[in-house]
Amino acid sequence: MTDLILSVNLARSDDVYARLLAAHDGLDEAESQALNARLILILMNHIGDADVLMQAIDAAGPDPVDAELA
Amino acid sequence: MVAVRYQTAFRLYPYQKVPAQEAAAPLRHPVVIVGGGPVGMALALDLGNRGTPCLVLDDHDGVGLGSRAICFAKRTLEICDRLGCGERMVDKGVVWNVGRVYRDDREIYAFDLLPETGHKRPAFINLQQPYFEQFLVEEIRRKQAVGAPVEIRGRNAVTGLEQHADHVAVSVDTPDGPYRLEADYLVACDGANSPIRTMMGLDFGGRVFEDNFLIADIRMDADHPVERRFWFDPPFNRGETALMHKQPDDVWRLDFQLGWDIDRKAEMATDKVCARVAATIGADVPFDLVWSSIYTFRCCTMDRYRHGRVFFAGDSAHQVSPFGARGANGGVQDADNLGWKLSAVLSGAASESLLDSYHDERKQAAMENIANSSRAADFLTPRTPAHALFRDAVLDLVERYDFARPMVNSGRLSTPCTYDGSALNIPDGLPNGPSRSRPGSPASDVSLGDSHLLERFGSDFTLLAIGGPAAPVDGCKLVALSPADDESGALADRYLGDAGAAVYLIRPDHHIAARWPAFDAKTVTTAIRAALGGGGA
Repeated sequence: MTDLILSVNLARSDDVYARLLAAHDGLDEAESQALNARLILILMNHIGDADVLMQAIDAAGPDPVDAELA
Repeated sequence: MVAVRYQTAFRLYPYQKVPAQEAAAPLRHPVVIVGGGPVGMALALDLGNRGTPCLVLDDHDGVGLGSRAICFAKRTLEICDRLGCGERMVDKGVVWNVGRVYRDDREIYAFDLLPETGHKRPAFINLQQPYFEQFLVEEIRRKQAVGAPVEIRGRNAVTGLEQHADHVAVSVDTPDGPYRLEADYLVACDGANSPIRTMMGLDFGGRVFEDNFLIADIRMDADHPVERRFWFDPPFNRGETALMHKQPDDVWRLDFQLGWDIDRKAEMATDKVCARVAATIGADVPFDLVWSSIYTFRCCTMDRYRHGRVFFAGDSAHQVSPFGARGANGGVQDADNLGWKLSAVLSGAASESLLDSYHDERKQAAMENIANSSRAADFLTPRTPAHALFRDAVLDLVERYDFARPMVNSGRLSTPCTYDGSALNIPDGLPNGPSRSRPGSPASDVSLGDSHLLERFGSDFTLLAIGGPAAPVDGCKLVALSPADDESGALADRYLGDAGAAVYLIRPDHHIAARWPAFDAKTVTTAIRAALGGGGA
């Protein structure tokens, strides 16, 4: 099973983060929520690994399971 | 008093007084089946074909009104073939392959079931449940005429039962008053509200889905193609879903999601139903309303499907949402699983412990069906704003990108369960063989020129040898084939993989019990004993 990467793995992270914020500019709350949901689904498909995604869902929870955080 | 709980579409087994009602002592029956729906009748036919005497008790005298289940899957048709009435079902049924999914007033995608080639039966037919039941009963009548030991007693309502060490004592009410009988085994096929389950005080736990659906079956002359159409948020049913599907006799099933807080009586008013229909098919299209009904659903299961000498099959044991057509199809597979086991135990070929595998295998199948149908219901009826958010995101994306199509869930259509982990499976002797044919899986059909593989199998154990020598063992039927018997290569693809030869042991319900690279008579004998539960005479 592939482990979810939780150490630094993204080059140009400031650029991507800024682009994410910009994508939400001018959207109301419902539109922002919808954008986020679409983005999650697109990324899920791109990652394409159910094991990694389940770990990511656990890691994102309000009370992440430590054992999952390799 | 035998209460009339519903109106029947037609009578198939009118009440007739039998001498047993006046007998001084209760008569004993090997198998009593309570409930003459699709599951009870499939089981009765299977037992009758096997020469195992059975008695069906139904508190009505025919088939309930309304189309109800309309979608019968390939596996069910294959079981009907084994029982003798598959052809009748398919001749009458409507075959469909194309589905279209709409959002608002636009088509967002279409799919083709693209059934795998080489199968005798289509992936699905649409057929009203009354026909399905009628054809089963007609087949029972044909088999009775040549000696099949099946008896059907209409308007015989079970009012009580007691379990004893070696039988079940049953109290029955009839228009002529009560009588008693005894059963070696009793199978409750008496539906989601199973009176037998209630009499025995057994739990039926699960989830209630807070939604109502309106069915309107209409008859119309329409040149709509035979396609399944599904709408999210259509103009004629804002914020909800709708489904349109063709049945035989120019009848179309329309199914409207209504939401939870509705005025049930107002929604059932004929004018209102007809107005909904007109808004869907067009105000200028003439139609007759054949049947309508509002339903809610639960996904529930009993803890155990065997309680001593009493078995639960079909909706009495487990209930699913209608999405995926897993109710009647799952129930017929329960009957398919139980029939040969009861026969084997009653004939002394297997010990009683074989019957425990009924619960193990069919509970596994039911949990699969419940998981699939619950997920479809969650997609159609989002329970929280977050669930609705993701559902709508999927629908947004499906219009832009192909990848989201598999995420749209308007029902994952019924497929048979592979009994992985069943105690009846023999360890895989061909571990690199095709995964679809591993022990526990339902045997896949293959075209063999002028016949098909599954119809070559017997109703007892079958030995299937491909590409190598084999001999009949212990009376089980031998089907010996060469990979060249199927020019398409499907036989090799589905049963051999990279192996040059293989030998399969097929159970009476046409699930695979064992497979090996080569034939060995002693190994087969041992395997048959294991697939009969390990005990036996």
